[in-house]
Amino acid sequence: MEALLRIKNLKVYYYLREGVVKAVDGVNFSMRKGETVGLVGESGSGKSTLGLSILKLVPSPGKIVDGQILFDSKDITKLDNKKMRMVRGKRVSMVFQDPMTSLNPLMRIEDHLTETIKAHQKVTQEEAKEKAALLLGEVGIPPERAKDYPHQFSGGMRQRVGIALAIALNPDLLIADEFTSSLDVIVQFQILNLMKKLKASYNMGMIFISHDISLVSEIADKIALMYAGQIVEFAPADAFFEEHLHPYSEALLNSVPNVQLSDQKLSYIPGMPPDLVNPPRGCRFYPRCPYAKDLCREKEPPLIEVKPDYMVKCFRYDEKRS
Amino acid sequence: MRLNQIIWLNASDMMKREVELKVVNLKKYFPVQKSFLERLFSKKIEYVQAVNEISFQVKKGEVFSLVGESGCGKTTTGRLIVRLIDPTGGKIFFKGKDVTSLKGESLREFRRYAQIIFQNPYASLNPKMRIGEAMGDPLEIHGIATGEKKKKIVFEMLEKVGLEPAKKFYGVYPFELSGGQRQRIAIGRAMILNPELVVADEPISMIDVSLRAKILELMLTLKDEKNLTYIFITHDLAVAKYISDWIGIMYLGEIVEIGRKEQIFSTPLHPYTKALLSAIPVPNPKRKREDIQLKGEVPSSINPPSGCKFHPRCNFATEKCRSSKPSLQLLEKDHQVACHLF
Repeated sequence: MEALLRIKNLKVYYYLREGVVKAVDGVNFSMRKGETVGLVGESGSGKSTLGLSILKLVPSPGKIVDGQILFDSKDITKLDNKKMRMVRGKRVSMVFQDPMTSLNPLMRIEDHLTETIKAHQKVTQEEAKEKAALLLGEVGIPPERAKDYPHQFSGGMRQRVGIALAIALNPDLLIADEFTSSLDVIVQFQILNLMKKLKASYNMGMIFISHDISLVSEIADKIALMYAGQIVEFAPADAFFEEHLHPYSEALLNSVPNVQLSDQKLSYIPGMPPDLVNPPRGCRFYPRCPYAKDLCREKEPPLIEVKPDYMVKCFRYDEKRS
Repeated sequence: MRLNQIIWLNASDMMKREVELKVVNLKKYFPVQKSFLERLFSKKIEYVQAVNEISFQVKKGEVFSLVGESGCGKTTTGRLIVRLIDPTGGKIFFKGKDVTSLKGESLREFRRYAQIIFQNPYASLNPKMRIGEAMGDPLEIHGIATGEKKKKIVFEMLEKVGLEPAKKFYGVYPFELSGGQRQRIAIGRAMILNPELVVADEPISMIDVSLRAKILELMLTLKDEKNLTYIFITHDLAVAKYISDWIGIMYLGEIVEIGRKEQIFSTPLHPYTKALLSAIPVPNPKRKREDIQLKGEVPSSINPPSGCKFHPRCNFATEKCRSSKPSLQLLEKDHQVACHLF
């Protein structure tokens, strides 16, 4: 099947006075139509920057310095702002983390939707309103609340509005950046179920960005684990949770409390993630890796395909393959 | 309420360990801030019923977790226990002594034994104070040590919380440290007076996942070493499962279920506890979960629902739940629930 999105050697750097922060440094991955990729990483791993760069919304002083983002085989890094605006919302859209700051406090809920619809489609106000009512129904907001303002909504309801806005134009790809992180578990569960339903009925691809690997496991078909600006493991979700081959994946999963296990022994990863102005020369994880060898210090490991659809960026699997 | 109270107290008398903390009908209402105009036209004062008549006890050397969603009153309860705020009603007993209305010198004396660790290590440390001073301050305030002696105690504590070389960390400012290191300072500062009761308010929620286990381990080591009692406040049941002996589930200012950790996870009773448990994500895409969906979101604690506060969202609510408030009752040994279903 043709890839919906293919990212090749993407590099996104922030040019700060302190130096160049290599937030995304050589990322490769691709996804098919209708597929959900869970992009997981700790704070500062570059997952949000990667998400924003797909929409070309990386804030200044950040810049896409190298690589390609092929969306439907077209490189969107080459598009100018005007052309990009036709991609955003219509082909690729985004749900943000904080629904309070992503909605306009002075606009009625309904107007948020009609404005978006009319910006991309030639429809009358009446038709736009009808479409808006349909969308609100889809995300579970009662019709009588369409004329309310954002402050009258609870956190979960606002996030539902955010979702309605994101799917309004029937996008092929939805980027959801920590979009349930500000919600309590029960509401998070409601929203996640809603998302699963919509994803299936709209046949939407999704990049689900989160620091919470447990949460991602509930929705993702594929897992992309990021560490220090790079993807270190990219695998089908079921296989990832069974095998987690990269030493970082293993260590991370061992540090997450799991309510299903009794007498779980938690461990932690020694040290800290590297400074992205001066990342380690070889493998970025080697200073914290229990399996590190001299080679890891000197050379950066390639992303190795250990089996179909399963990639790991670690020399341990290079030996095993050859 | 009273009858249940008696059963509960009798049951506790049979247990061997000494009761370190007992909270009886603790209540905290905050008046709602109003603008001048609103005050002019309305005489009625509204209250946020943050904590509403909760009772529980914790024995020495045990970890009691208060778990609930945002706004359930868990943080307020923690602050009430260390007397950072005054309760609207109810009593707090520490080692059998009523500490509810301590003032001045006797309150300070109490704080020597009861300390708190705050959630946000970026806000709980004074940015203009060197780490050594911040950690040593409690020693001076309580007249325990000054000068070289103080420095020596601080050095020991820095090493204990894993910040080595202590000499280096003594002189640095908070901005030079990471979140995890700051939280270690906050823990060290709470421990430096050798307290016996420590309230830990979401101590790991601001810390990166890979470092959380390290902080939990440090807290458990210190607890075992000094036979400490913890009140651990968290929204995360998975973390509570890891660290606690006992768990109290809070909803809208009330405790709806208390039990030993194993009881809460293997035989949860309250419909809210069950819903919470089913909503926790688990790092395993293949697990089958019990799909308990709750209606709506937590209502406001200014005008909470009548009867059982959970009834508008409960899948089992009856007429009785709307009109009368269930109180905590002991259903099996150590396991209490506030629900009309039982």
